Formats: sequence, C-alpha cells, structure tokens
Amino acid sequence: MRVMAQVAMVMNLDKCIGCHTCSVTCKQTWTNRDGVEYVWFNNVETKPGVGYPKRYEDQDRWHGGWQLDGRGRLKLRAGGRIKRLLNLFSNPDLPTLDDYYEPATYDYDTLINAPAGPHTPVIRPKSAITGRDMAITWGANWEDDLGGAPEHAPADPNLAAMAEKVAMEFDKTFMFHLPRICEHCLNPACVAACPSGAMYKREEDGIVLVDQERCRGWRMCVSSCPYKKVYVNHKTGKAEKCTFCFPRIEAGQPTVCAETCVGRLRYLGLILYDADAVLDAARVTDPRDLLEAQRRVFLDPEDPAVIAAARAGGISEDWIEAARRSPIYRLAMRYRVALPLHPEYRTLPMVWYIPPLSPVLDAVTGVGADADDPDNVFHAITDLRIPLEYLASLFSAGDTEVVAGVLMKLSAMRAYMRARTIDGTVATDLLESAGMTAADMEDMYRLLAIAKYDERYVVPAAHREDAAALSAQAGGCSLDGDGGPGMSDFHPTGVTGRRGDGRLGLKLFVGKGGQA
Amino acid sequence: MTDIDAVPGMGPLLAARTFFTRSEVSADGRTLHQVDPSGWDRFYRDRWAHDKVVRSTHGVNCTGSCSWQVFVKDGLITWEHQATDYPSVGPESPEYEPRGCPRGASFSWYTYSPSRVRYPYVRGVLLEAWREARSRLGDPVLAWAELTGDPERARAYKRARGKGGFVRAEWDEVLELMAAAHVHTVKEYGPDRVVGFSPIPAMSMASFAAGTRFLSMIGGTLLSFYDWYADLPIASPQVWGDQTDVPEAADWWNSRYLIMWGSNIPVTRTPDAHFMTEARYQGTKVVAVSPDYADNVKFADDWLAPHPGTDGALAMAMGHVVLTEFFRERQVPYFTDYVRKYTDLPFLVTLEPRGDAYVPRRFLTAADLTDDAGENAAFKTVFLDEETGEPRVPNGSLGFRWGEEGEGRWNLDLAGATPALTLLGRAGRAVEVDLPRFDEGATEGGSVMRRGVPATEVGGKLVTTVFDLLMAQYGVPRADLPGEWPQGYEDAAQPYTPAWAEEITSVPAATIARIGREFARNAEVTEGRSMIAMGAGTNHWFHSDQIYRAFLTLVLLTGCQGVNGGGWGHYVGQEKVRPITGFQHLAFAFDWQRPTRHMAGTAFWYLATDQWRYEQIQADELSSPLGDGLFEGRSFADCNAQAARLGWLPSHPTFNRNPLTLADEAAAKGVGVAEHVVDELRSGRLRFAAEDPGEPANFPRVLTVWRANLLGSSGKGNEYFLRHLLGADAETRNREGIHPTEVRWREEATEGKLDLLTTIDFRMTSTALFADIVLPAATWYEKHDLSSTDMHPFVHAFNPAIAPPWQTRADYDVFLGLADAFSELAARHLGKRTDVLAVPLAHDTPDELAQPGGRVRDWKHGECEPIPGKTMPKIVTIERDYAAVGERMRGIGPLFAELGLTTKGVTYRVGPELDDLRARNGATPEGHVSLATADRMCEAILALSGTTNGRLSTQGFETLERRTGTRLADLAAEHEGKRITFADTRSRPQPVITSPEWSGSETGGRRYSAFVINVERDKPWHTLTGRQQFFLDHDWMIELGEQLPAYRPPLNMRRHYGEQGDGQDGAEVTVRYLTPHSKWSIHSEYQDNAYMLALSRGGPTIWMSVEDAARIGVADNDWIEAYNRNGVVVARAVVSHRMPAGTVYMYHAKDRNVNVPLTEKSGRRGGVHNSLTRLLLKPSHLIGGYAQFTYAFNYYGPTGNQRDEITVIRRRGQEVTY
Repeated sequence: MRVMAQVAMVMNLDKCIGCHTCSVTCKQTWTNRDGVEYVWFNNVETKPGVGYPKRYEDQDRWHGGWQLDGRGRLKLRAGGRIKRLLNLFSNPDLPTLDDYYEPATYDYDTLINAPAGPHTPVIRPKSAITGRDMAITWGANWEDDLGGAPEHAPADPNLAAMAEKVAMEFDKTFMFHLPRICEHCLNPACVAACPSGAMYKREEDGIVLVDQERCRGWRMCVSSCPYKKVYVNHKTGKAEKCTFCFPRIEAGQPTVCAETCVGRLRYLGLILYDADAVLDAARVTDPRDLLEAQRRVFLDPEDPAVIAAARAGGISEDWIEAARRSPIYRLAMRYRVALPLHPEYRTLPMVWYIPPLSPVLDAVTGVGADADDPDNVFHAITDLRIPLEYLASLFSAGDTEVVAGVLMKLSAMRAYMRARTIDGTVATDLLESAGMTAADMEDMYRLLAIAKYDERYVVPAAHREDAAALSAQAGGCSLDGDGGPGMSDFHPTGVTGRRGDGRLGLKLFVGKGGQA
Repeated sequence: MTDIDAVPGMGPLLAARTFFTRSEVSADGRTLHQVDPSGWDRFYRDRWAHDKVVRSTHGVNCTGSCSWQVFVKDGLITWEHQATDYPSVGPESPEYEPRGCPRGASFSWYTYSPSRVRYPYVRGVLLEAWREARSRLGDPVLAWAELTGDPERARAYKRARGKGGFVRAEWDEVLELMAAAHVHTVKEYGPDRVVGFSPIPAMSMASFAAGTRFLSMIGGTLLSFYDWYADLPIASPQVWGDQTDVPEAADWWNSRYLIMWGSNIPVTRTPDAHFMTEARYQGTKVVAVSPDYADNVKFADDWLAPHPGTDGALAMAMGHVVLTEFFRERQVPYFTDYVRKYTDLPFLVTLEPRGDAYVPRRFLTAADLTDDAGENAAFKTVFLDEETGEPRVPNGSLGFRWGEEGEGRWNLDLAGATPALTLLGRAGRAVEVDLPRFDEGATEGGSVMRRGVPATEVGGKLVTTVFDLLMAQYGVPRADLPGEWPQGYEDAAQPYTPAWAEEITSVPAATIARIGREFARNAEVTEGRSMIAMGAGTNHWFHSDQIYRAFLTLVLLTGCQGVNGGGWGHYVGQEKVRPITGFQHLAFAFDWQRPTRHMAGTAFWYLATDQWRYEQIQADELSSPLGDGLFEGRSFADCNAQAARLGWLPSHPTFNRNPLTLADEAAAKGVGVAEHVVDELRSGRLRFAAEDPGEPANFPRVLTVWRANLLGSSGKGNEYFLRHLLGADAETRNREGIHPTEVRWREEATEGKLDLLTTIDFRMTSTALFADIVLPAATWYEKHDLSSTDMHPFVHAFNPAIAPPWQTRADYDVFLGLADAFSELAARHLGKRTDVLAVPLAHDTPDELAQPGGRVRDWKHGECEPIPGKTMPKIVTIERDYAAVGERMRGIGPLFAELGLTTKGVTYRVGPELDDLRARNGATPEGHVSLATADRMCEAILALSGTTNGRLSTQGFETLERRTGTRLADLAAEHEGKRITFADTRSRPQPVITSPEWSGSETGGRRYSAFVINVERDKPWHTLTGRQQFFLDHDWMIELGEQLPAYRPPLNMRRHYGEQGDGQDGAEVTVRYLTPHSKWSIHSEYQDNAYMLALSRGGPTIWMSVEDAARIGVADNDWIEAYNRNGVVVARAVVSHRMPAGTVYMYHAKDRNVNVPLTEKSGRRGGVHNSLTRLLLKPSHLIGGYAQFTYAFNYYGPTGNQRDEITVIRRRGQEVTY
C-alpha cells in the first residue's frame, strides 16, 4: 500500500439549479482571453442532450479513455504508442470547432458610434475567430433547458444506448443539469497519451496539469480524454485544461467553481488512496465492477493502519485530519450516494456525482401517492420521471440497481426527516431499508442539506515544510506491500443494499411512517 | 530525488510543489508523475493574483442584493466572486452564502465593454440646433423655449430619435441644456410636467434618492414602478392594507409544504433557490405549478401544468376542497381559532334584495347599530358573539385607529368574546344570494350563480357572515341552504369544484383535490407551515388580483399567514428598502417640503403614450350583471379621470394650467388657494389634465430616466411610446378605438409629446438609443450606495473598486451637478414661487375615513360638494425657492426636527440622530447636516430608520403601543443601543432590527416572516376591519363582482381585438404570448453581456412547442416573426418539448440592440418583447379614498399587466438583413 492524497470533488446533481454561475466565474477567472474563447473549463449541460462538445460521450467516435485488450491489459482506446505517433500530424479523433461552437463577439461600439441613419443601430454577431459576420447556429450551452431537444437530444449517446425509447413529449419531459470540470482522474488517459511528457498528475494532491512549457501541441490529450476536458488554445497551440484552481487549493481555498456554486452542491475534500492499487482497479473485467473497484482503492482515513501508512509516507497530520473530515469520503464511501461519471472509461475519475432525484409524476394523468392519505405526501421512486436506465448510463456503467440504491436512500432521508421534524417520530423502518443508523442518516442529512461552508470544503493548505518528507516517500519509501496495512478488512458493506442478497426492491413509499 | 533548496531560482512555496525532477512512467505507459521545476505554472498563479478585493453589489432591479467581492489588479477590475460572510442563520439551517447568479458574476464585463458609455452624448441634430440658439440668444432658457417652440426644429430632432447620430459633448454644456429645459418647463407649463423615472430604490438607495430629491424640490412628477411593472400584487393592499411583505428566503427552510406557483425560483431567485432544494431534505414537500417544464419543476414532488392564466381556477378549486374537508366535514381548532381572530370571516355583511334573491353589499358597522355610536362608527365592523348571539363591536377596526376614543384599543384582543363564524343553526332564515361567476357569459362580466346563506336581522338589516358568503361563493353546500350547489367534487357544471377546474385548467381533478388536501393537512399538523411562493407567472395578468385572492384564501383558511415557514411568498419584483423611513424622507426631500408629486406609473404612461386611444372595449365590459351599471358607456380613461378628481389616485400633470399660475391667481384674487382651485374646478374653467391628455399644455415635457431601461424593458406598449411620446418610427398597426365619454377626444394624435428625454446609464440600452441625451453613469463597482431586499434580512454597501473611469459620474453626483445648473438659471427665471399640489387621500392617515362605505360620490356630477380631502384631492401649497435647490440638495432641511419622520402612521422623533449625523457627516456652509456625498446620504438613511437604529425602532414601538394598548417595544429592546453605520455595511452585510416599519420579527435571531407581529402581538392589519379581509365592499368592487375571491379568466383578446394574423393558414399560428424572466439577462435588463450571449443563443429568441413549430414548419433556430396589432418582433425559434402547445415565451427584456434584423413585415428594426403588448387599466386598481383603498406610492394603482396578450407567429425568410 502506498498512501497518497488527492483533492476530489462531489457534485450533488439533486441540488443543481442549472444556473451556470460556476461556468461564468470560472471563465472570468481563467479563460476570458484570446485563444480560449470557446473554452469552458467548467460547463453545465442539460441532460438529455448531446453536450459540449457534441456527443463527447460517444467513445466509438472519439476513442477517448481506456479499454482492455484481449489479454485484459489496459490500453488507450486511441491506440498504442505507434498508432498515436503515426497520427501525430493528422489526429482523426480531434473535435473540430463545429463540435464545440464558433464563438461570437459583437460590434458593440456601433451602438454609440452609429451615424445618423434610417434604422435603430444594432450590433450583430461576428466570429471571434475570423472577425467576419456570422450566424449563430450552436453554442456552449445551446441545449439549455431542453432548447432544441426534440431535434438534437435523440443523439445523446446515453439515450441512444437505452432499451426503452424516450419520447420528446411535453407530458414526459424530464431534465437535469450536469456541471462538468476535469475529472483529475487517478488513471488519466490524457497524461498517458501525451507524447511530450507535458501532462502530469501532481503527487501531493492529484491535480492533473499541462506544463505549458513542455506542451508541443500534439493534442493527443484532447482526443484521449473521454470527457473532452482538455482544450487547445488556438493562439498558443498548446493544451489547456481545468487546473482545479491549484493556486487556491494550495492556499486551502476551494476552487472558484465550488466556492461560487449558488446551489451549494459542490463538495471538496481529500481522498486517501492506495497508489499501488490503481492499475488493478482500472482493469477489472466487467465495467459494472469499476465503481466498487475504485472504491476499494480509496482508503479509510479512520483506519489506524491507513493513518500509520500515511504518516510513514510523509502525509502531514493536518492532511490526515482533513481526510478524516473529508465530505468526499463520506459521500462516496460512508453514505455511498456519490458515483463516478462514466466509470466505464476506466480513468477512475475523481469528480463524483450524486444523481438527481427528480421526483415528479406524470403531470397529466394524476396517478401517484395514495390520494386518501394526505399525510403520505411523497411519491414512490418508481414514479420518477428520469428513467433509471438513463442515469445508470451516466453513473454506473448501466447498472440501474446502483442508481436506484442511491435514489432510494435520498428519498428515505426525506421521509425520515419529515417524520422527525413534524412530530419527532423516528422511522426505524426507513433506516432499515436504507441500511443506515439514525446517526448516519442525520449526518448525511446535515451534510447534504445544511451543508455549512466548512463542511462542504475541507481543503488543507499545502505544506512547504513537508515537501522533503513527501519527496522522500515518492523516492522509494512507499508502503507498497501487498494489500497494504488495513486493507484486509476493508470491506465496504452494501449500505445501499446494492450487492449480495440484501438487495432491496425499488418501490419505496416514503410518506410519514413510510414503509418499503 | 531533489533537495528542494538546491532547485535554482525557486522560492520555498514553489519548491514545495515539486517533488520530482524526472518523470515516473508506469509500466503500461501511464505517466503518473512528472513535475517540472521550471515554474511554468506561474502563468496561472499570476492570473489568480490580485491587488485588492472590494465589497460591492449589483444595483439592478432584481431582488438579489447579493454581496460580491470585486477583484482589482493593476487598477483594473478583473472579475467578481460572491461574498460568503453573511451572518449565520443558525446551526440548524443552511446559510445565505454564497448568494449570486451567473448574471451578476459576469457584470464586470460592462466596466470596459466597447459599448460602455464613457462620455456625455447628445444627438447631433439637437446639439447643433441648441448651440446655435444658445449662442445667438445668450440665455439658455430662452434658447430652449425657442427651439422647442418652433415646430419644425422640434420635429427634426424628435424624428431623429433612435436613429444613431450621437456626438460627444461636455458635462457642463449638457447640464446647462438639461437645466434650461427644466427651468423653461417649470416656468411655461408647470413643474409637474417635469418627470422622473427610476425604479426599485432598494437596489441602490442613494442613487435613486439623488434624482427623486432633486425632482421633489422643484415639484417634478415621480413615477411609481412597482405597479407599473405589474409586480405589485394588488391583492395585498386589498386583503392586508399592506403593499407587500413576505418571508425572507431562509424561511422557506421552515416550511413543510411549499408550492411554487408561477415562480421559477432557480431562475428568478437564483441566490436563494438552495433553501428550496435543501428544505426537501428536511422532508418538505415541494409542488410546482407551471405551464411549462420550467427549471424549478425538476425539484417538485408534483407538477401541475394548468393552461396559462387559469391559476385562479385551480386555487379556487383547492379552496373548495379545504372548505369542504376542513371546515364543513370537520373543524380543525387551529384553523377555526385563526380565522375567527385574524380574518374578517366572522364579520357581518348586509344583504340587499335584488330581483327575487339577495346580494351582499357592505360590512355592517357600529353606525348601523345605533344612531349614537360615537367616533368613526362607520369604520367599526361587527360580529355576533358565539355565546350570546349579540352583536359585538370588537377593537381593532379602522375606526379605532384614528381619533381619541380609539387610543389603546386598536388591537385584535377579542376581550373574551368568541366571534360566530357562521349563522347556520342560529339564523332565523336562509336566503338565496346571487353571486357573480365569470367562467361563462357574453362579456368579461360573466354571469350569475344562485346559492344560499343563513341570514338574520341585526340593527334592522338582514345580514350574514363573510364565512357564510365564502362557503356560498366556493360552492360548499351545507344543511338545507337554498340555491344551486355542486353535487360533489365531480360536478363540473358548478364553480368551484375540482372537476369544474379540471375543464378549465387541464389539471386532473384528483390532483387538485389531493394537493389542496395535503396543503391544508400539512398546515394542520405543523400549525401553519404551508407556504405558497408565487411569481410573475401568476401576477402579470389583468385579473391577477383575483388570482392572488384565491391563493391567499388557501393560506388564510389554514392559519399559515404570520407563521414562520408559512403564508404567501410573493417574489415578484418586490424589493424591500429595509431602512425605509430615512430613505423615503430623504429621497423625497421631506426635510424641506411635504409632500411630493408621486404618480401612479401605469396611469401616467397610459395617457402619455396615448395607449388610451386604442381601446376596443370599455369598462362596462368588465361589469358583473350584479353591478349597478356604474361603468356604463365609460372608457378606462374616463374611470381614470374620475379617480383623479375624487382624490383616489394622484394625477400628474394635474390641471390644464400651470400650478404656479394657480397660486398667483389666488394671491391676486386674495383668496385661499384651495378655495380658488375649487371655484375654478366647479366653474369648469379649470380641468384635470387627465380629462384632456391630448392638449399640448398637458403633455409631460421633460423626462429623465436613471437606473432603468424604460424602452427596452418595462415599457408595455413599446411602439406607442415610440410614436406618441417620442415621435420616432413605430410599428403599431392598431386602429384607433372607442371614444371616451368624458375624456376629450382630439382627432389628431400627437407624435412626439416629449421635449427632452435624458437617460443616465453605463450601457447603450434601447432607452439610450432613443434618448436625446445619454449621460455616462458610474457602474455599481464605482460608487458608494446601499442595498437591501426582502429575500434576506441584511443591509450592505456598494463601494468603489475603482474611481469612475473616463468621464463617468455616479448618479448622485450627476443630480448634484444638475441641481446646481438648474439653480443658477432658476435664480433669473423662477426665483421663489408657490406651487399648488392636488394630493390624493393617503393610506395610513386619517384620510382613510374620507369616503365611508366605499360609496362613490362624484362632485362633478352633482352627487356631492367638492371638498378637498374628502370628496376630492387635498389642495396643498409649497413655497419653492428655485434658486436654492443645489444648496438644499446637500443638507438636511428643518422639517425633520420640526415634524419628525412618519412611516405607516408612526412618527419618529430624531433629535439625537440629527446631532449624531452632524458629527459624522459635518455640516454645509449654511449649517445643515451634510449630504454632499453619496456615502453621507447612506449614513443618514441608516441613522434615520428603525431597522438600522435600535433607538428609533424602540421609540416607534412605544408610539404604536399607545395606540394598540398591547406590548410591542420588547421586540426591539434587545437592540435598543444598536446603530448600524455605513462603515458597518461596508465591512459585512448587517442584520436589521425588528421595527414597526415592517410586520415581521427578527427578534432573537428568528427568520423574518410577514405579519408575525400582527398574529403574535394582536396588532391589527391596516384594513377596514383590522383583520385580513376576504370581503371587499367598495362600490366599484361590487360593480366588478369582486367582493369575494373569484376566478376571472384571461381577457378574451380575440373577441375584443379580432384575429391578429393575416389569415395565412399553415403559415401562421396564433398563440398566447408570455414574457417570463430570462435566465440570461440580469433581471429584466442586461442581456447584451458577452458571457450571457455566449451561454444563451446570442440574441432574441422565442420558445415554442413542438406542435406549434410543426404547424408552421419551423425548425430549431429558424428566424421567425411574431406580430399582432401592437407591433412586430424578429427572433429565432427555440423549439422544445418543455413548452406546452399554444403558448410561446419571449423572455423578458430582449432589447432591440443585439442581433435584431429588419422585419419582413415592416422593413424596420424588429421590436422588443414589449412591442407586442399594450396597457389595459383595471378599474378596481383605481379605487381610493376608503380604508385600505387609499393611495400610497407603489402601494396602490393600476398595474401594467401584459400576460393576457396573444400573438401570431410566422416563419420568415431565413436571409436576414440588419
């Protein structure tokens, strides 16, 4: 076991209001400059929809991420070294500007300077790339709130993969917003694909960066990243990407997107993980096992053996303490409500998501909760508008049970808290069905609902005095014994009831005194 | 392995990040670590670095009032992030951090935008003519007189409005021009012909106050905005006698059942939406009522999608369920006790025979009981005691609010009495009553339904209770009452059953019943923690007052109002100036003279833009068959003129004569001014200007707009503004309408009434494009000011991150400069003059007692004598020293010390505050407390308000205690010594102090909810009964059939105005046209920001359903044109299945300045969203002179509603030209 620490993020999509403040503050801070007009380190997509760039999730087309070869070894979908070298000058998997969008600017000064004329002055779009008049036909957020969805959204790869056809009809409308940044993967394909050695994952906090001095603009990172979160600066010709706001993280501050998140849905904290277990996790055979495989890479910060190994590896006390308070660990491991985005890409992403509950009934037919009991106010999660299959395509390599388990837990929490806050009842049946103790349930509730600043963001500042120790660890003093200390009894039990014979059915009425 | 100290050129911080000097490449090609010591990452570090962070906020008219950190580097503003240091809400609640939205986050773009207004601009054709006349005549005032008096030259510059051709000018020159226009207009036409428009003071109080203070000193007309924006919920003054008061956002958290009704909280209340999403985790049920799958719907446990404008039907049916199940089938003690004490439900209403049945008329009052009932007996309402069956006149009604006898008795203490809710089982009789219904009938006035109530005789009059009437109105059958009643929830034939509502709304009856039941049941088990957050989706309709009364019925019946976590949450443009007392007295210069010329915005624009000339229906179209024919043959303009002369609403310009002349005439005649005015009016020599808006002497002449985009945002009937007010090109194809009876019709409509339009702004809006003068304003990051809101309980500051760049100036300084220029010219041309004001009967004053019973008596028709302050406006004179305006702007005048400051009937004495301010602010050369800078103004506002000065709030409560006889002052006692200074607000948002200026309580750190003080401390509402009123008994309410909550459908525009299209079947579709708030513009403006354009579709769009798009062959992003009789719009289609068929959205404030081509229809520039709308006045919004129906600024007045409109959509040629 070789203990390493990574700053990771969880976004609770169930709270995302789709406001895009994160996109704007990020863009203002990092990419409002020439060459990256079209670049949004942070963007927000409306799902269903094809996203930005278009259909980036279609790896049959873009060949991003990893796959297993015939012998079960990991290799980049983009091909081996030789193939990538051959494609250096004509990468067929590179999105074009049309796949993103042609950014527009406007002849703003016309409004003031227009000479007397027959019409009211107006500004019109000009290409930010060529300066010529243009018609706007696509944008960074063209599909916002399902705009144009009947025409475009059927091409969403997640929809295309579904067995049941999703109709783009008023009565059946559903949507949610998906904010995306770089995943700062444990097993980053972009880093592996870089021919120049310009991309790297920082030892101390796992942030993936592009060394602007080393980057030679080969763009292999762009095509290899399955999330399309590495971009080309068309002025410098070099790759740029989300930096996880490392100057802020080093100072113990949350990223800009997190701190300015008005929905209060972003969490930042440390994950301790076993660096030696990463590869094995990334190459489990069944993509549906990737989630649990990645969870097994994460180390329990309360485990004395892990703490000892971390200390031995030079991780400082305040970092270990921060890892113990990590909201990421709690959401991903303890309450198990956070899931990775497209684990099947095998990059072991480190920005996870709580799927949206979206508990809305069919607006027209009026079916739903027991009409005779006005105290039973919530609907069963079987009534959800968002097809589980769709969420599973995004967050669990198609395993609907995983997603259902999370949603069930969230709705159990709502029903549990309703009973408790209205008349003090403790709904033990709900605790049982969620596989949680009352204390855990209330802790999860506090973290998700009350979510004070200091609990959302647990980011320890960088240590300059520890540099030497960490450096020593990296130089060969790693605790990379088989399994590592404490690993033997690290069995994440199925608190969602997701695995084993303890599976729970989907139907869960969660009214007062609700019952499964 | 590297010794970090050995890495050359690296400081310790950088070295700490670099652990390797080589790449470590894993076996299968994964490069895990590779760190370069070169320090390449300095680029990002430098980008993040900044020199300072300055707290400010956004002074746009949204309710956000978010505190922001503005980052400054090398003297330039770089970007902004939200502040996160709001005071805590408490350990068991989410906090307010971080408040903000993407619009606000991109605001700094404007600072250095290429369209930033950097210098003063004047349109060339005007400036040239001005310079010529100015230099030839030497006197600027004479120059302006000549220029505007010459029809040809005036026409030339007016015609050029909106067509480019601006040239730069110097500040001094422009201010002189403006001053000359002001002086000339005051002198020639009267000060009331000078008009100012600036909305929503809470968003930047000092900036607002600067202009209104100047205009108040010269006697100018100040236009209201809340009613004009159609954001004022008229139901609030009607039901509560209160403009608007709502829970702060953090109180959503306390709710256990939250209906978002026409309120798209994630988009329109972005900073606070999280309280809604988080409350769900605490077990709160969330329901969305929205015609489209809006952003908020995805959070809802239930989605009800009624047809637009039918929300009232939905709410009425829910009310039917609540009354049936929680009042008839069983009684819930919590509800029954609540409505007995806090609503008018037990009060007695007279029944009068009409035909073979009865109709309800008026509240029974003490005056009906005995001839000698004492002081204000006609304003003391009556109920029957449950025990004794005897009539009781309880404390707390309006009759106790004013006068000596009421001292200590204006309270809700029932003194042991139990009011009888119903006469059922007690009454001697049951009678049939006729009640109005509006879902059928040949006119908008609907028809009649017959139901029954128990009745008895009291004081010789047949009476019943409001509750019994409500049960009849809602169609809840009881016992053997006569009349026609629904057979059950499934009976669709009778209002107001769920099945009836299903046919109208399309929402399944079972769902309606279930949600209504759940809402009430939740209120029962939580004692009132059910809440309705309503939005503009339900408030911008012609009949929104009725829609809202149906909502309020739900929260009142269930005891939710005045309870944390319950009640109504009207989140529509409402922005609360928390420090209201100091603000309003300074803003309207009440330290120098009182009152000022407040004007109801909608009524003003309706006449000024000649929209009254295009009516196809008259007021009688709206009359119920049960009315008395009061509106027969009368236009809306006639109703407005009557409201003016009866003292109901203000009316400016007031008379067809210069008010300064009126004073001179009275002096010459040696009679009192009031006497002179009455004589002249009676003789017909003097007339109200509202009776002849086409007379050039009655035109508004000079208009200054600041902090607003009148022509690109709020100007309903945009094309009428352009044609008649400005004389610019306009697209309206509307034909002229029915002639009014009393208001004079002139065959020729004027084009270009206005002599001078000035806008003060930092960007080129439509208003700027059409203005004669554009003055360069400082942005919100370049000045001092104050901000507050109803959404959170804090006041906080604007601060300059940089000094105003180029030649920009803060609004405050612009008006100081204008005042100086004005005074200089006025010294020669005006000097000291006496101004005559016609002042409407005012709310929260004894004027409420002027017109008992709400009976309409018109002196002009000989129904009574014209008595100022009783049957007509008060006539008030003000001595104006026009040369002293500049000086007075800068100092607090003597009236604060002499008269105190009065808000909502409570007067505050401010001696110590003035001493303190003198020390803080210094004094003017004349010895007045200085207001010479915006930060001093802010200091004064804070010092003179109860919410920010604990001594004043305590004093105010003590004053109020003497009237109520109940204990109140303890609410503020915990903060009696607290003073919030401007420096405090600059350092961090400051929580305000509980004060009688508002109705809720923050005492002990609790969340603010409206009317908590009323409910917990027995303080009456400011209504006739002192209770929350279901029943309204003014003559015009009877005429309109709106005594009780009722469903009135959207106006049938097709019937009134005919088909709007050219009849090209297959090429056109006629749809409902709605203009909700945009996700991509800062509130109702600022859509031109590059970031917002990038995240939206880069120009105007119209959202359409799949079905409507298919009908006319429109694909996503096709160019389309929308047109109706009012105007033409060009936009791109956004086709989405989240839109219901038959309705399109053009999001609000799609200004005409970005990516708007020429139309095919007209060949001219496409219009704004308001090019398709036109004003319609609802007569009940004009009522005044009676109890809560009395005037206050932004409290009562006709709304500028626009949602009832329809439009035609057609696909146009896809080649566009600009």
